[in-house]
Amino acid sequence: MAKKFDVQVNNAWCKGCSLCVHICPKKVLELDEVRGKSVVARPDECIGCRQCENICPDMAITVKEKGEEKDV
Amino acid sequence: MSEIAFWQGNEAIAYGALAAECRFFGGYPITPSSEIAEILAEELPKRNGRFIQMEDEIAGIAAAIGGSIAGMKSLTATSGPGFSLKQENLGFAYMAEIPLVVVDVMRGGPSTGLPTKAAQQDVMQARWGTHGDHGTICYAPASVQECYEVTIRAFNAAERYRQPVLIMSDEIIGHMREKVVINEIDPSKLVTRKRPTDIPEKFVPYRPDPKDDLPCMASFGDGYTWHITGLTHNDWGFPTNDAQEIDKKMKRLMRKIDRFRDDIVEYETAFTEDAEVLVLAYGSVARSSLRAVHEARNRGIRAGFFRPVTLWPFPDKEVERLARKMKTIIVPELNCGQMVLEVERAVHGKAKVEPLNLVNGELFKPEDILKVIEEVA
Amino acid sequence: MPSQEVFSWLRTRFFPHIWCPGCGHGIIMHSLLRALVALDKKKSQTVIASGIGCSSRMAGYIDACTVHTTHGRSLAFATGIKLAKPELTVVDVMGDGDCTAIGGNHFIHACRRNIDITAVVMNNNIYGMTGGQASPTTPIGSIASTTPFGAIDPSFDICKLAEGAGASYVARATVANPKQAEQFIMKGIQNKGFSVVEIVTHCHTTFGRKNKRRTPIDNIN
Repeated sequence: MAKKFDVQVNNAWCKGCSLCVHICPKKVLELDEVRGKSVVARPDECIGCRQCENICPDMAITVKEKGEEKDV
Repeated sequence: MSEIAFWQGNEAIAYGALAAECRFFGGYPITPSSEIAEILAEELPKRNGRFIQMEDEIAGIAAAIGGSIAGMKSLTATSGPGFSLKQENLGFAYMAEIPLVVVDVMRGGPSTGLPTKAAQQDVMQARWGTHGDHGTICYAPASVQECYEVTIRAFNAAERYRQPVLIMSDEIIGHMREKVVINEIDPSKLVTRKRPTDIPEKFVPYRPDPKDDLPCMASFGDGYTWHITGLTHNDWGFPTNDAQEIDKKMKRLMRKIDRFRDDIVEYETAFTEDAEVLVLAYGSVARSSLRAVHEARNRGIRAGFFRPVTLWPFPDKEVERLARKMKTIIVPELNCGQMVLEVERAVHGKAKVEPLNLVNGELFKPEDILKVIEEVA
Repeated sequence: MPSQEVFSWLRTRFFPHIWCPGCGHGIIMHSLLRALVALDKKKSQTVIASGIGCSSRMAGYIDACTVHTTHGRSLAFATGIKLAKPELTVVDVMGDGDCTAIGGNHFIHACRRNIDITAVVMNNNIYGMTGGQASPTTPIGSIASTTPFGAIDPSFDICKLAEGAGASYVARATVANPKQAEQFIMKGIQNKGFSVVEIVTHCHTTFGRKNKRRTPIDNIN
């Protein structure tokens, strides 16, 4: 079975630059135009490439393999 | 047990630094201070110390500050033009409260000026050279013996008050050879910066100890993680824009010196009890001045002598006290009149202040000063 | 993989950080921290030195022995620290103006000495913090606030400069490939000698705005 991933966006740190939205090959993330923050729109599509996590200048995105220890 | 040496002033500063357990020198060659670097290049490696000749004066002081941050007592030495270049990072050391000793063997200025001739034109730069307010500790040795001793005290002050300390020597003192008596150093008389006793999580790098109002300092690599910045910062060392925190930091920077002023200030007097005319001089000029005062006494003139050993903080209270009994205070200087302003401030009209200035690269002859003593007596 | 270990290197109380939305400096900081974590470095034995400018703020965000020095001089401070305590890992984070303009002399001499320090140069072709003035790496013809008619001076190639001056590890990555940047920083830290890792980043706020690269993603592309 394909691995499942959990993408978390720290809203307090996200500045809505949308780099993650553009970088994601599976269009998992979208920009919430009203709040100006990145939101996880299609979590099931995530393939765990972590490009969003690494490109996020605000260190606001965490990608976790489901079943990993729950991080704070 | 004591030893006798025959040293130049510059040599005495280098050996004084070693005696004070200075183990780091960063600098750049410049006349007339280079001997200090040359001697330390040879001596520091023998003592597990570090010597580095940097690419410029700015980097010289920066490396020395780096050495101090990593826990070594550090020194840099320079002269006029180099002292100008060092002002930027000298300010950093004031702000970040890094112990450091900076030697300026003064030569004629402005600019390249007179590299091989003496002057005292940098004494106000010592006080106000770098931008921004800060307290200053600055020694002006007048003999080779004093170069040695003052260097040890400068390191003690730097470590105790956690800030840069200046030694303003001059070309004559720096290159003059004299007998020096080297007394054995009592290790308990050497000050080493207060280290934190808290666990790393509780270390607050700029919080003053309630006992003496001075903060302790950890070194990089000691197990503490902390931030050093040239930005105005709070007790934790992090930049702040909070008016209260800024005020607190700046006031403490000034208070460090004001509060301990009486511990820091040093001066020497001769024949002041019954004097009417006082000659106030520092550094090499003090030598010709004292000679002139002796000569005046021989001629029956009631002349006295005052020599500030610390130019900053200036012994203003002491000068003021003497001024009450004096008719005139003569201030000979190898500049166009710098410390005389401070004398005037201290005297505050209680005696006449007579500047005597020489800026032709020569040293005062005792006769020159004697002539003025006779004129005003 | 990252998260917890990387987060433990952050002074999280200062977040969100001062950099503009989409600024590459954050991407580089993340790469640097991943490299430090991967190398199993200890915070209390790691020194992060920085100069002045946007890049210099990085030192304040990293929980290690951090020193935010004067403009361009960080390598000279770092040299003193490394010399006094060679056992420390010393990383110097610099901007292009910091490294090649005001600190150019310190940079080439650090390369010449080949002292064991890793310089991470964040090249965004501009002085960002002071409002977008031209730097020595601003490409010819580009518009900056001090080159309103286009930059006329040729720019520096930081890697060639470092190589010519004697650095023993020189690499260039871009923020578009943060994983590669992380690898290069790791190799730089592992190299026993002076390492220069130039990371090409962007300042869409001051440079991009005037040079048709207005959004962060325009710059990445």
